[in-house]
Amino acid sequence: MTRTIFAALAAWMLCVCTAMAQDSPIQQLLQEHRTLIEKSSRKSIEPAIDALRDSGLPEAQAVLEQWQAKALWQRKADKLFFFGEKIDSKTYRLLDIATGEIEGEFPKKELKQLKPNSGIRSMIGAALVQFQLMADDPAKRVEALDAIQRDPAPEHLTALKGAIETEVDPEIRARKERLVRLLTITYGRDDAERISAIESFSGDLGVDARGALNPLVATTRTAAAAIPDDANVAKRLKPGSEDFSEAEAYALLVSSNLAPAHISASEKRMALQDNIEGGSVGGVPVAQLDTDEARERAYVALAEAGTVPATATEAEVAAALASHIFFDRYAEPSEAITDAAAKALGSINTQVGLNQTADLALDALSLASIYFLAAIGLAITFGVMGVINMAHGEFIMMGAYTGYVVQQVIPDYTVSILVALPLAFAVTFAAGVAMERLVIRWLYNRPLETLLATFGISIALQQLAKNIFGTQARPLTSPAWLDGALVLNDVVSISYIRIAIFVLALIFLGVFLFIMKRTRLGLEVRAVTQNPRMAASMGINPDRINMLTFGLGSGIAGIAGVAIGLYAKVTSELGSDYIVQSFMTVVVGGVGNIWGTLLGATMIGFLQKGIEWMNPSNTLAAQTYMIIFIIIFIQFRPRGIIALKGRAAGD
Amino acid sequence: MSRSFFARNPSALIFIACLALFTLAVTVMSESIGSGAISTSFVKTLGKTLCLCLVAIAMDLIWGFAGILSLGHMAFFGLGGYMIGMWLMYARTEAIVTASMANAEIPPTDQEIIDAIGTQIFGVVGSSDFPTIWAFADSLTLQLLMVVLVPGLLALVFGWLAFRSRVTGVYLSILTQAMTLALALYLFQNDSGLRGNNGLSGLQNLPGADAIPQADISLWFFWASALALGLGYLLAAWVVSGKFGSVIRGIRDDEARVRFLGYSVEGYKLFVFTLTAVIAGIAGALYYPQAGIINPAEIAPIASIYLAVWVAIGGRGRLYGAVIGAAVVSLLSTWFTGGQAPSIPLGFYTIDWVDWWQVLLGISFVLVTLFAPKGIGGLFDYFTGRLPPNRHGADLGPDSGSLQEQEAEQ
Repeated sequence: MTRTIFAALAAWMLCVCTAMAQDSPIQQLLQEHRTLIEKSSRKSIEPAIDALRDSGLPEAQAVLEQWQAKALWQRKADKLFFFGEKIDSKTYRLLDIATGEIEGEFPKKELKQLKPNSGIRSMIGAALVQFQLMADDPAKRVEALDAIQRDPAPEHLTALKGAIETEVDPEIRARKERLVRLLTITYGRDDAERISAIESFSGDLGVDARGALNPLVATTRTAAAAIPDDANVAKRLKPGSEDFSEAEAYALLVSSNLAPAHISASEKRMALQDNIEGGSVGGVPVAQLDTDEARERAYVALAEAGTVPATATEAEVAAALASHIFFDRYAEPSEAITDAAAKALGSINTQVGLNQTADLALDALSLASIYFLAAIGLAITFGVMGVINMAHGEFIMMGAYTGYVVQQVIPDYTVSILVALPLAFAVTFAAGVAMERLVIRWLYNRPLETLLATFGISIALQQLAKNIFGTQARPLTSPAWLDGALVLNDVVSISYIRIAIFVLALIFLGVFLFIMKRTRLGLEVRAVTQNPRMAASMGINPDRINMLTFGLGSGIAGIAGVAIGLYAKVTSELGSDYIVQSFMTVVVGGVGNIWGTLLGATMIGFLQKGIEWMNPSNTLAAQTYMIIFIIIFIQFRPRGIIALKGRAAGD
Repeated sequence: MSRSFFARNPSALIFIACLALFTLAVTVMSESIGSGAISTSFVKTLGKTLCLCLVAIAMDLIWGFAGILSLGHMAFFGLGGYMIGMWLMYARTEAIVTASMANAEIPPTDQEIIDAIGTQIFGVVGSSDFPTIWAFADSLTLQLLMVVLVPGLLALVFGWLAFRSRVTGVYLSILTQAMTLALALYLFQNDSGLRGNNGLSGLQNLPGADAIPQADISLWFFWASALALGLGYLLAAWVVSGKFGSVIRGIRDDEARVRFLGYSVEGYKLFVFTLTAVIAGIAGALYYPQAGIINPAEIAPIASIYLAVWVAIGGRGRLYGAVIGAAVVSLLSTWFTGGQAPSIPLGFYTIDWVDWWQVLLGISFVLVTLFAPKGIGGLFDYFTGRLPPNRHGADLGPDSGSLQEQEAEQ
């Protein structure tokens, strides 16, 4: 009894379900195109896929996905479509395509699997792209755009075009429009459409634009008896010209099977070696084979005897070259398009060049500010006091290590930098004052010996740093807000840390000028610089002023050390890497004048970047040439760019 | 001028006698023909030290006598080493390549031999072609000529440019340092043609002398170095003893005054600069076959500054001072950095001299500059009784002439 009731219930349920399945709009749509789907031919399937895509039904995407994955099944009994799930090799579970409810389990022989071929699958894929492009989630849409950009295909173009109208996000819309233009370059319907797309990218700095245009102007080097009619020739080449030697031309002929291979010297040697008979080869004694002519003679003799393949003679090579035409051939057959692409690329390259110049100028400016920072302390001690401080580089190093130690104590990078800057100043100020009191003031009348004594201090300090901190580089991490770079476009960018150093250099210039021109200390420093005895008789204590000036210069070196340590690794040799450049900056700029130091740093920074640009692989060479340039520059302006005149110039 | 050169320069005679005695002693104790009390490697160290003494004499001439603190003489020293190293490396590689190719069934052509040598030498920098600067490398005579000519010409051109524009004092020092740095950076490049930072190696093996033990070769080089040092000392003593010496000392003490007296200051300076560069080049050419390897790091500015340190510690303005300084400091350096010096345990910390020698050197250098401007050589004045009158105030050192500090301030 119960069994009967269950059976009846089941039958009833089945009926209801079937009715529901048949009624759902997506099933109706599929049934409408059933014949096309069953036929499953690439040529005729398009209306069915289009109908699904444009139906606007929520289930359409799922159906397409399952169809593409070969998981769409048809029940032979009533020709209805279902999603199929494998239970075992004989039995499949069918799910309703509209509701996802379980229809039941069926033996495989009652079902038919839809097996779209690869052509159809890619058509379905293109239709699916459209769904992704119109997805509600913006992240999904961007993901779809990325996927298209990575691996573009002709069918994406239509999908993209269809997805622009409904796009609400202006940024994504702009990207879609750009991508449509990019795809049009390659997959546009006709030449006119492609050319207008190509021209729209004229002067565009994007890497993607260059990426789309470059394949159009790619050429292959070809040799042929005559130029084929359909070839889009970029350039005809003459063998023996500067960029196309005769050897290259002949090698091209050989590789295109248009001429017999030329036998190289080492192959000849091997051939001769294989054919030694009784102490001679081809009638030439082995002992005589130490010249090219003798080997040639022996080889020709062997070739005449037929033991080795004959090599092409000079005359044959010349004849082969004369009877063929060499040219660079575009892969793209349309000349109008290659012309347009070449023109667009030309204007892009001009733009890129201009922007690279701007980028280089920014780089040079940041290098200049680093040199300025490193040299400004030196400009004070050397320029104002006339004291050579070879340990200046070690003060820079000391500042950098101070920054490192502070970071070990204070984990927050922002706070630690803010603490490190004044602390580095204090530490190096103290070191500078101590050095002035203990060593330098005894040597004011002996400049060369100051140089040597401070050098002794420099090697002692360097080794001390090595003993304390070890030889490996220590990191000085910049705060997170200094990470990254200010990107203006695909070519021009500058890291925030370099901007910060530039700003720091400007601040120092301001501070220095303020101290020198507006404070009592500055007035006294200038007085002592010009005439210590007179200054002393006016009630200024020259000893105290010298001490403070030296401390100030050293302190600034410490702060520069923190700044330099932020982008270079902190090692005990950090300072000595900058010392020669710093001296150059001061000497080139002109001793005793802060503006001279600024000019000197700018000149050296721009010069070094300029030379590096000419020979980008080799920064060592750039430094070499820069130093040579400076040596020559000193010839013409021995006292620097801004030379002191009159009594202030001394000697 | 009736008295002989040695009568006027007794120190030269004493020095030569000491050098001869020293050479004889080392020979007698060497492994090669003597008792073997001195190991071959120490003979090499002593030979190298003699070369360093020679370059220190050059430095003393230019700095102690002409007053030009050149921080570039180790560059000339290195250049001399490079020039002789090119021949040594080429000739030895040629011998090896020829020997290995002689076994081939077909005798090699000349071009093949040269190509094989090129591959052997320049393989490390990813090249196999000979750069043009190696054009004379196959000839010992020409390459020996280059030992003299290359440093000499570089010094001539650089000196002419620098002295002509009246660059003096610390500016000149910095400029010479820049020249040294530029040269070192240039040589560090792989495409400079001198094997980049690999430098030239295997120089201790003389071509064609494989059968001769290193003990003999090192002794020969020791003799050659001693001879060169002796000749160099005599040359330097002769240069500074006559009227020429008086003029260059005059330039050191007051350049403007000498110029106003009608002497061509630039010419004198240029001559001394070039001469000392040549001496440095020769010293380098003797040094590096004993060291066995030369690379651009040897030319770095720091080396030239150490040279100044030796001369300053030994005592500027007297030739034997430079020799003593170079010998003492470089031998002490070898002793301390070689790990032979005993560590000093302080209880809480152990002073390991490998780490602390540089600190000691730096500090003692400062102390010598401050308190003993005459250096170690100044001690001899006590023996000879040549003490200056007490003129109150500290000595200003040779750069400021004979003035004492208090006199200079007036």
